[in-house]
Amino acid sequence: MMKTRSKTVRKLVNIAALLASGLSAIIGLVFLVWILLDVFSKGIGAINWKFFTELPTPPGISGGGLANAMLGTVIITVLATILGVPLGILAGTYLSEFGRNRLGEIIRFLTNTFVSAPSIVIGVFVYAVMVVPLGNFSGLAGGISLAIIMLPVVTRTTEEMLRLVPDSMREAALALGAPYWHMVWKVAYRSAGAGMMTGIILAIARVSGETAPLLFTALNSPYWPNGIMQPMANLTVTIFNYAMSPYEDWQVQAWGGSLLIALTVLVMNIAARMVVRRAGKSRKR
Amino acid sequence: MAGLKDTPRHSSWMETGFRFLTWGAGFFILILLLAMMAVLIYDAWPAIQKFGLDFLISTEWNPVLGKFGALTTIIGTLVSTALAMILAVPLALGVALFLTEMAPDFLRPVFGTAIELLAAIPSIIYGMWGLFIFAPILADHVQPWLSEHLGFLPLFQGPPMGIGMLNAGIVLAVMILPFMASVIRDMLLMTPQVLKESAYGLGATTWEVIWQVVMPYGRRGIVGGLFLGLGRALGETMAVTFVIGNAHELSWSLFDPANTIASTLANEFTEAADPIYLSALVELGLVLFLITFVVLGLAEWWLRHTAPRGLEK
Repeated sequence: MMKTRSKTVRKLVNIAALLASGLSAIIGLVFLVWILLDVFSKGIGAINWKFFTELPTPPGISGGGLANAMLGTVIITVLATILGVPLGILAGTYLSEFGRNRLGEIIRFLTNTFVSAPSIVIGVFVYAVMVVPLGNFSGLAGGISLAIIMLPVVTRTTEEMLRLVPDSMREAALALGAPYWHMVWKVAYRSAGAGMMTGIILAIARVSGETAPLLFTALNSPYWPNGIMQPMANLTVTIFNYAMSPYEDWQVQAWGGSLLIALTVLVMNIAARMVVRRAGKSRKR
Repeated sequence: MAGLKDTPRHSSWMETGFRFLTWGAGFFILILLLAMMAVLIYDAWPAIQKFGLDFLISTEWNPVLGKFGALTTIIGTLVSTALAMILAVPLALGVALFLTEMAPDFLRPVFGTAIELLAAIPSIIYGMWGLFIFAPILADHVQPWLSEHLGFLPLFQGPPMGIGMLNAGIVLAVMILPFMASVIRDMLLMTPQVLKESAYGLGATTWEVIWQVVMPYGRRGIVGGLFLGLGRALGETMAVTFVIGNAHELSWSLFDPANTIASTLANEFTEAADPIYLSALVELGLVLFLITFVVLGLAEWWLRHTAPRGLEK
């Protein structure tokens, strides 16, 4: 195939392809930088001391902040982490240590498809099994729907990380007489720890920016969080409501909230990367 | 290893407990998915019974008269996703190739990390940007140009409002671009250096190495990455709800407002007081769940089916 074309044609094709690829990289980066710059420039104007400490004000009255929504997002995310992470680690352990059979195959398949299931449908599910029977929206329902989103993510990374632990290390521990659970606890978790931690941080980062599953579980509220069985203010739904409102001050607040969420997610992602890098260095990989 | 010496007593009891606990957590995932399916079907049952197959082929969505047909939202979901894929796939491939084969060495890790970080930005941010920044630009500059030059096509007719199917497709494309690019990049990085060097050694140009060595080698992973992007676009709620205009109407024009399953759920779910209305919305959710499940299941199956032997454990 290469012989049939002259050198000039090949070189021209090469240059054209490189240009096209470089151009698409530029187009992609331009859009993404553009979005980040806008979020930053529009959001920075809303951020001041009140933004972090005060309750929202009704439209038309300037000032006020999203302190209740920030607290609510933290509470909901913590609930999701408490519920989702241990379960995910256990399920990932099952898949990696005991799951080399038919049931393991099925669960692995379902987990991989579950990872990208539409988050809004998970919201519908939690609405049906929690909000309807209990009769009201609640922060807990929001936490549960985020936990369901986290579960497959944590399961998958845990399994992947545990599989990287060499079998010879497992066998060495077992040969010393350690029971299987003790080997997993002391050897496998320890050597896969950094990777698992990264997966967990990334999963938390992902759910802390989720909006759709909270729309009809946690709902929203203009007040301070008042127990996890009540509707709970949260940043993302507040951003959605404020952005869709016709009031200019609310839209400014929505930009402020967007900047805050974007920064939080970015910082968590960078932190996750640093965990891996530190662990990699200490192991001299 | 010091800890291994003091192995607790009753270890056989602990052993069984540990196995049971992990098994239970794994099994829970299975149960959870089955429960989701069952609950969605149960709650959608009144609508399934009342409208039957009509639900999938009727375009009438009238909460006041209690008539519900999902075709508009299904088509909206498919069209917005198709638009996003058409725009994003070539760009994602270009970005990934640029990052792995063309960018200067010192830029590669920086750009790579930047793309991965961008993939993590929550979708609501893309929605905000699409609504407040991109929609006016679209309405003032892009849409008039399109109707002037391509206006003979029914796709580009109608008033330029900024908000509508075109905006939703573009915002979705921008959203899935970094995600797909970083997945594809990971796959391209797996090409063994020796293979590339031998092709270069034979006198191949960069493009020939990419087209004849790197792409065939990474094809499996690239298709997997595209499917993951597709799954994301199908189920995306926030990036779309902000910008699609939310109208239950079918139109040839990409300028007109439209709807997707996810955006309909986001807008109407909390307002649905009527039981049959709610049931119809749940059925929409069920349809979306099934569509994405089939797409992702196919991707998963394909990845396994084509997995090189010996790599599989």
